[in-house]
Amino acid sequence: MSQATETSPVIQEQNKEAWFSPKNRKLISDPLTDNNPITIQILGLCSALAVTTQVKPAIIMAIGVTIVTAFSNLIIAIIRNTIPTRIRMIVQLVIVAALVALVDQVLRAVVYDVSKQLSVFVGLIITNCIVMGRLEAFAMGNKPWPSFLDGIGNGLGYGAILVILAVLRELFGSGTLIGYQIVPQAVYDMGYVNNGVMVTPASAMFLIAIIIWIQRSRNPKLVDIS
Amino acid sequence: MPNTNSNSYTFAYAGVLTLIVAIALAAAATGLKPIQQQAIDLDKKRSILNAVTSLTDKQQILKDYAEKVTEVVIDQQGNAVEGVKAFDLVLKKEYKKSDAERRLPLYIYNAPEGKKYIVPMHGAGLWDEIWGYIALDQDLNTIKGASFDHKGETPGLGAEITTPKFQGQFEGKKLAEGDQFKLTVLKGIHADTKSNVYAVDGISGATITGNGVNAMIEKSFTSYSNYFQKVKSGAANNTPPPPQQENGIKTPEEQKTEGK
Repeated sequence: MSQATETSPVIQEQNKEAWFSPKNRKLISDPLTDNNPITIQILGLCSALAVTTQVKPAIIMAIGVTIVTAFSNLIIAIIRNTIPTRIRMIVQLVIVAALVALVDQVLRAVVYDVSKQLSVFVGLIITNCIVMGRLEAFAMGNKPWPSFLDGIGNGLGYGAILVILAVLRELFGSGTLIGYQIVPQAVYDMGYVNNGVMVTPASAMFLIAIIIWIQRSRNPKLVDIS
Repeated sequence: MPNTNSNSYTFAYAGVLTLIVAIALAAAATGLKPIQQQAIDLDKKRSILNAVTSLTDKQQILKDYAEKVTEVVIDQQGNAVEGVKAFDLVLKKEYKKSDAERRLPLYIYNAPEGKKYIVPMHGAGLWDEIWGYIALDQDLNTIKGASFDHKGETPGLGAEITTPKFQGQFEGKKLAEGDQFKLTVLKGIHADTKSNVYAVDGISGATITGNGVNAMIEKSFTSYSNYFQKVKSGAANNTPPPPQQENGIKTPEEQKTEGK
């Protein structure tokens, strides 16, 4: 089916004309709002709980996931018609794992101190459901360029939620943001204490639930009635 | 397009894909290896120097290390060991050996105002290894600075041992009173730690990591104490002569007047 569209000259013409056509732009903007991987697709929750204690690792994790989703989407979309159906999940996994290992090696050589900080998180990108989810749902049935954009969009959508969670958790859990003290000492002297629950992963669960609640009450179309 | 569902195609596809990915990864790993090793060495030199200074510039670190740091290897009895490079010793492995076989690296920083003894440390945190360097003044008791690192402590909790806020507290503290190790990383934050030279505030929620840091410092203290005794009594003339020859040991009163 997709082979037919690929050979159609008309569509190719259109694609060449508009790299950032409204439809393609939507691929990036949608995951940020109405098709957010965390709050709507409910993917990638595990890492959203794990790396959001502080803002800095959350940002770097978001960048890492964006790079991996974008390029794995691109590669899979390029080779999608050659992949044998029975082993397609394994092929996807191999590509993702290879990309993650590559990113890890490059980080270690170029920015050793950052890679030291991220050691575990980088490896965990492989297990991030968003990566596999987007490969299955989008890259297997779409052309390379839209798939690439879809990967970037979903990475950013994931990152946005991660940063929101991390800001809330670091601010209320440690009184800092990206390591800088935000809550002044005077407030602590008056008897304010950091919220210990905020540094535990459980708090992210509540925060995500609240974000989902707000998002769905603002846009009733998102409410799943089934 | 061949039949992508046939068995032979599937096997061939899997084989070729594996081969391509394997070659790509092997090439990347081998190609990047020397650069990675350089980065690791630089990081180690930076950690060693960070116990006494706070350099970030790469060239400056390499220059300072080459010019000012003297590497020494000692054994548990405090005697110098020849023929081994301190930088290449892996402290983790050395601590697993018996007391007689253990060789301990020590870095002596020759600052204009006197020698600083930088003691490498290795221990266990809550989840995984922790390590670090602690710089001692010439009295071999007053801490000049400390830097810690970890493999897998919880971000925001145990991982806070790498922050300047935690490490800065160690400056000016004392390891031991007489021969008795006394420095303690307390549980949580206490009001009187500023006035107590034997106490350091812990991190709330990371008591076990704090205890690990404490145990690690104590282990280093006991392992190096024989050597320190010899240095104090002037018997350890095994260190290669630094740019300016230090004669004898200053009294603690003289130490205190030294600025950073």
